Amino acid sequence: MTSALFYDRLQFAVTVIFHYLFPQLTMGLALLIFYLKSRAYWTHDAHYDQAGHFWTKIFALSFAFGVATGIPMEFQFGMNWAKFSTFAGGVIGQTLAMEGIFAFFLESTFLGVLLFGKKKFGPFIHWMAALMLLLGSWLSGLFVIATNAWMQHPVSYTIDHDGAVHVTSLWGLLTNPWLFWQFSHVMTAAVATGSFVMAAVGAYYLLSGIHLDSAKTFVRTGVVAGAGASLLLLFPTGHHEALQVFEHQPIKGAAFEGHFYTEAGADLVLLGQPNMDTLTIDNPLVAPQMLSFIIHKHFGAEIKGLTDFPREQWPDTMPLLYYAYHMMVGLGTIFLSLMLTALVLLWRGHLFQARWMLWALMLIAPFPYIATTAGWMTAELGRQPWLVYGLFRTAEGNSPLVGSGNVLFSLLGFLGLYLFLGLLFLFLFFEIISRGPAALSGTRSISEPMS
Amino acid sequence: MSIDILWFVIVVTMFAVYAVLDGFNLGTGMVYLFVARTDLERRVVMKAIGPVWKGNEVWLVAGGGVLFLAFPKAFAAGFSGFYLALNMVLWVLIMRGLSIALRSHFPNSLWRDFWDTVFASSSVLLAMVLGAAVGNIIRGVPLAGDGYFFVPLWTTFMPGPTPGILDWFTVLMGLLTVAILAVHGANYLMIKTDAVIHSRASRIAVAGGWVVVLLTLVLMSTLPFVQPVLRHTYDTYPLGSILPMLSVTALAGALYFRRVGKETAVFFSWALFILGGLGSVAWGLFPNLLIATEDPTHSLTIYNTAASPYGLQVGLVWFSIGITMVIAYTTWVYLGFRGKVDRSSIEGNYE
Ligand code: HDD
Ligand code: HEM
Ligand code: HEM
Repeated sequence: MTSALFYDRLQFAVTVIFHYLFPQLTMGLALLIFYLKSRAYWTHDAHYDQAGHFWTKIFALSFAFGVATGIPMEFQFGMNWAKFSTFAGGVIGQTLAMEGIFAFFLESTFLGVLLFGKKKFGPFIHWMAALMLLLGSWLSGLFVIATNAWMQHPVSYTIDHDGAVHVTSLWGLLTNPWLFWQFSHVMTAAVATGSFVMAAVGAYYLLSGIHLDSAKTFVRTGVVAGAGASLLLLFPTGHHEALQVFEHQPIKGAAFEGHFYTEAGADLVLLGQPNMDTLTIDNPLVAPQMLSFIIHKHFGAEIKGLTDFPREQWPDTMPLLYYAYHMMVGLGTIFLSLMLTALVLLWRGHLFQARWMLWALMLIAPFPYIATTAGWMTAELGRQPWLVYGLFRTAEGNSPLVGSGNVLFSLLGFLGLYLFLGLLFLFLFFEIISRGPAALSGTRSISEPMS
Repeated sequence: MSIDILWFVIVVTMFAVYAVLDGFNLGTGMVYLFVARTDLERRVVMKAIGPVWKGNEVWLVAGGGVLFLAFPKAFAAGFSGFYLALNMVLWVLIMRGLSIALRSHFPNSLWRDFWDTVFASSSVLLAMVLGAAVGNIIRGVPLAGDGYFFVPLWTTFMPGPTPGILDWFTVLMGLLTVAILAVHGANYLMIKTDAVIHSRASRIAVAGGWVVVLLTLVLMSTLPFVQPVLRHTYDTYPLGSILPMLSVTALAGALYFRRVGKETAVFFSWALFILGGLGSVAWGLFPNLLIATEDPTHSLTIYNTAASPYGLQVGLVWFSIGITMVIAYTTWVYLGFRGKVDRSSIEGNYE
């Protein structure tokens, strides 16, 4: 690997992981805010209005950082991946441009209305702005996932005489079978992030004995949505993502499961460390024959192992991929058990007094971010050595004339800037939390330059 | 009109609209520290652009997307070739966006001074770089036979066959852009504000107007030497001369309306001046997207970079629908927020 390619990959990974920290919260919160605003609008209940207002501020903060870090993502396709863009622009140019025209305008324009327009436009338009924000942010997700789904599972293309691909059916691109489960899983994960954060803030207020009314709403909404999302993450969405990986990308599947040798009745590795010299798992803890059962609904089914494929087709970071996948699934299991317990407590009316559970809800909030990042690492590291699966290699994709010194320059620049942005975000986030929902009843807002 | 040409028009229009719309945000940033001295005044100015600036910035993002869709090779070559400059654009763009979003978060004066300075300086820098970018596109870049190039930030500051991003021509273009957008921002503020902010903005606009006239004259006279292709195109297709004429008339119109005190007309004439200027450049370069400085056969044109006919056709269908909706709701939001900034919603309510 030339060092320019290495820095290009590292820069893309760093910038996209950082970018995605923000949209996952905004996409998740958009749904919850829409729920709160709808209740406020239909029942004229000031309490829900206040809650919606409070979360809109957090939304706006996260949105501002999401926009700021999103623009580098789009530019990097051309800047760092010129050969890939020349190759694939005839297809993914469509979805990326659609994202701009159909989603980003909608989000950005109606955020202005939501933040500044309450007095000018009245409650109905204000409620509608929340709906448009939900629509816009989920459409962003849809188009960008359509791009990624095409890279995972290319459909509806032809290759021209220069070797570049061109779309043959826009409809085919948007109904890529891969897209359906990927989009469902990603959006469910975003709802998980949003609701876990909401529940955590509520739990913090309850434990501190402040803003009790709002806190209960936050915890209730967060736990109900969080439990639902955790369930859907495992089944059907996560399960079907795994199925389609094993169907179309068997090497990735074998690699993230840590499954080295083809066998009938394959075990599911729960814990253990892949050993790349002996090609075995050290300290294994396995569920016998479960992998065969999960993938083929039959304990004796055969699953191909990594060693059946030439080594240069293995993802080049196999152990990292394995850990990423196991972190995601492990966390998913923890989320589900925790949230279901919280749901039972809520239903029985004990949740608001169960301090141990409130502590757990408060402390779990960062973990959906970790699970999501691990999930993306699974999808993207597992796609290697391909940039477009089966069609175009990562090693051929970067810009030919941008040297390693220049990429390192920009990588270091992004690292420094993003460290600053990360700290700034946390500082402002905790500041809004510590001010609390009641204090925010005025017109003031984080993204609102005035007041 | 063939579909490639239509997409050329669309791409140019997207970026030109960006220049006009985000242009007045950038201009507001440039004059910000001068027209608004107290915290209250600064909040008034921020509120003048607050509800709309984010939507304006999307024209750049969407313009990039549309360029990628229609002319992927040009997108790839251009963005990788200007690698260093674009990274700085990204960093400055990030800081600009955050400064608007975050300055009023605390009543703390150090916090606000910090973001105010970031807002002003990032606006100047961005306008400078965007102007230099237009300068680079006019002057051309050292494209190789495989369709890629890479330019350093500067070499000898001369626009020769192996130029840098900055040479005397592109620097002048940058300065002109700063001047044009500063006036544009001041024009906008004159519509949106009153009292002392209004009169300070007005002084800047008047003085800036003459700087723009002067710089425009200087640059126009150098153009035929820096890029002979321009003159060649206008000689072959003189119909296009309407565009520069329109632009100059709009400039004269703006100066006239300023004299008779019609502020809205000044603003729109100035916008037309910007649109006409960019349109003139596009006409002169057509059908080139990037001109090669060394070997003209290496130039990237709309014909050797276009996506497939099917992609362009289907793109045209959804683009027309999408952009119509965008224009509709954007207009509606602008109308909703029209009028001078309401001070009563600001005063007293400090937190
Ligand atoms: C809160 C976050 C979260 C949680 C708890 C889970 N996932 Fe996930 N997962 C994601 C968030 C995520 C993600 C970030 O949304 C990914 C990255 C790419 C994608 O399509 O979704 C993902 C990818 C992803 C992939 C890779 C798809 C590919 O390679 O294209 C598989 C196989 C699974 N997931 C399966 C699961 C299973 C079986 C889970 C069991 C609980 C699970 N995920 C929990
Ligand atoms: C949905 C839109 C996305 C697209 C189109 C996309 C595309 C790409 C591209 C072009 C690369 C660089 C080439 C390569 O190394 O393969 C890459 C790498 C990577 N991306 Fe994505 N990505 C997307 C989303 C994400 C997200 C949201 C994350 C994480 C949060 C992510 C994580 C990574 C990682 C970790 C790499 C590095 C892989 C490696 O270098 O081995 N991606 N992706
Ligand atoms: C390589 C992949 C990606 C690219 C090129 C990209 C591009 C962008 C751009 C340009 C913006 C700023 C839009 C504006 O100016 O208003 C943005 C923001 C956003 N992106 Fe990404 N993005 C990528 C990955 C993702 C992923 C994986 C998702 C979600 C699944 C996502 C969802 C969003 C959302 C919802 C926003 C709005 C801001 C926010 O909510 O924080 N993006 N993105």
